[in-house]
Amino acid sequence: MQKTLVIDPGKCTGCKQCEMACSYVKEGTFNPSKSRIRVFDFHTEARFVPYTCTQCDDAWCQQACPVDAITTDPVSGVKQVHDNLCVGCKVCTIACPFGTINYNVSTGKVIKCDHCGGDPECVKACPTQAIVYSDAEQAGFDKMRQWAAKTDNAPQTTA
Amino acid sequence: MNYVIIGAGPAGVVAAETLRKHDAKGSITLIGDEGEPPYSRMALPYYLIDKISEQGTYLRQTADHYDNLKIKYRQAHVNSVDTKAKTLVFGDGKTLKYGKLLLATGAHPIRPPVTGLDLPGVHTCWTLEDARKIHQLAQSGAHVVLMGAGFIGSIVLEALVMKGVSLSVVEMEDRMVPRMMDDIAGNMLKNWCKSKGVRVLTGTRITELSDTGKGLKVGLNKGKLPVAQLVVVAAGVQSNIGFLKGSGIKTDVGVLVDDRLQSNVEDVYAAGDVAQAKDLSTGERNVLAIQPAAVEHGRLAAMNMAGLDTRHRGSLPMNILDTLGLISSSFGQWMGTKGSETAKMVDKKNYRYLRLEFLGDRLIGAQSVGMSDHLGMLRGLIQSETSLGPWKQTLMASPSRIAEAYVAKMHGSLG
Repeated sequence: MQKTLVIDPGKCTGCKQCEMACSYVKEGTFNPSKSRIRVFDFHTEARFVPYTCTQCDDAWCQQACPVDAITTDPVSGVKQVHDNLCVGCKVCTIACPFGTINYNVSTGKVIKCDHCGGDPECVKACPTQAIVYSDAEQAGFDKMRQWAAKTDNAPQTTA
Repeated sequence: MNYVIIGAGPAGVVAAETLRKHDAKGSITLIGDEGEPPYSRMALPYYLIDKISEQGTYLRQTADHYDNLKIKYRQAHVNSVDTKAKTLVFGDGKTLKYGKLLLATGAHPIRPPVTGLDLPGVHTCWTLEDARKIHQLAQSGAHVVLMGAGFIGSIVLEALVMKGVSLSVVEMEDRMVPRMMDDIAGNMLKNWCKSKGVRVLTGTRITELSDTGKGLKVGLNKGKLPVAQLVVVAAGVQSNIGFLKGSGIKTDVGVLVDDRLQSNVEDVYAAGDVAQAKDLSTGERNVLAIQPAAVEHGRLAAMNMAGLDTRHRGSLPMNILDTLGLISSSFGQWMGTKGSETAKMVDKKNYRYLRLEFLGDRLIGAQSVGMSDHLGMLRGLIQSETSLGPWKQTLMASPSRIAEAYVAKMHGSLG
């Protein structure tokens, strides 16, 4: 069963522990700017929105990669960046219409969420269950995916 | 069905894979005219600096990838296409029949009419073979002259500097990357390069090259340069359409294709740098010559070839560049258009710049310097033609809040 990160912005308090956990596990540093998940802060509305890759089926990043450095895990559906192949050209960072794959200046490679191999640290760090890890079918990413469909310039098969 | 693809760059390879996905039994032949397995020109700068080996430039990393998909990879040069007999003629006179043909022949570097451009030590940087030569000549301490500071020139620029050469860049126009970014951004890049020890001559033309016996003398329309051990020509590219003369396939600057990526001749399609296909930002047909467009074309053309009626909305012009650590990008109609409104955030001292172009409350173009986070959102907003509502006024005042606006629009409750 494919699982995904289900994010409920209504439960997010903006504590940013997900960002801390992510950057610490992935980069060995408490540095939100290196986190694969980001919390957007809408002060005027007193709302916080955690935001990261949906592992979308279209995999814009994977398609745009010129050197085969991004693959889809056949079991989990997660899109993974292979550091040994990534040349740091950054084409994926402009191809992804969600802006969820970013260039890491310190490594010269791109980074994106990979569900920590099936045990996401952000989920464990979240004190309010604003981020949970559950079955893909029930995910609240549907809205995001619909939105994504609007950006798609390819599969509009009419027949 | 007997599918034949001419050209083994990203458009051709993605097309071959997509054909196989939708037609398990069809015969697929992929023809490339270089000596290597299909590789990515985009990866060449990283090969130049030894970040990757030659193999690291290959488009697919498993050796038996094409065999596994029953894609016949043939190394040959196609001389002409006979669309009536549905036959290709190769350089050695041999022929090949096709049922459906994809032209993915890419582009070639322009060689401006400058005397001495054919001298040893003068190279374009387009093929792996070119890169091998540059790799050899661009030794630490050598003086290298780069002709052209467009997108490709600027990518090569970084690799050359990292190789430790002394570099001079000569660009005809008044700034760097004139077809990718405006004067503020182009001059930021120029100042940045100068601060890193690169000599950048804009508004300057190379008039003549000659061999002094100790290297290449580079004549300019104004000013002087030291003798160079290597001249790299990056003066733009042109679609490879010459071999289509007399074929009946309609061309302009590229092969003119409809919204199924089909040319005026039935069963002949085009994709990638050779295709003059719809540009999403203007609605007109244009050769975009960028990796994401090549891949989109390849996939869509193949779906149509396989019988799935699939329409191309158009590809969005977009580029990203890393110039000695300064990252810049541009999308869509970054220069604006009639009736568009501009929002700018300019911080010359810190080399940061963001320019947004709006038509009504929709984003139609953007460019950035000194930013690398969430850049894809700019594509997302332009391509989805999202109505920004009240966020537009916010962004006119504070363009840097674009990522917030994006996330807010995605979560409808936030305006």
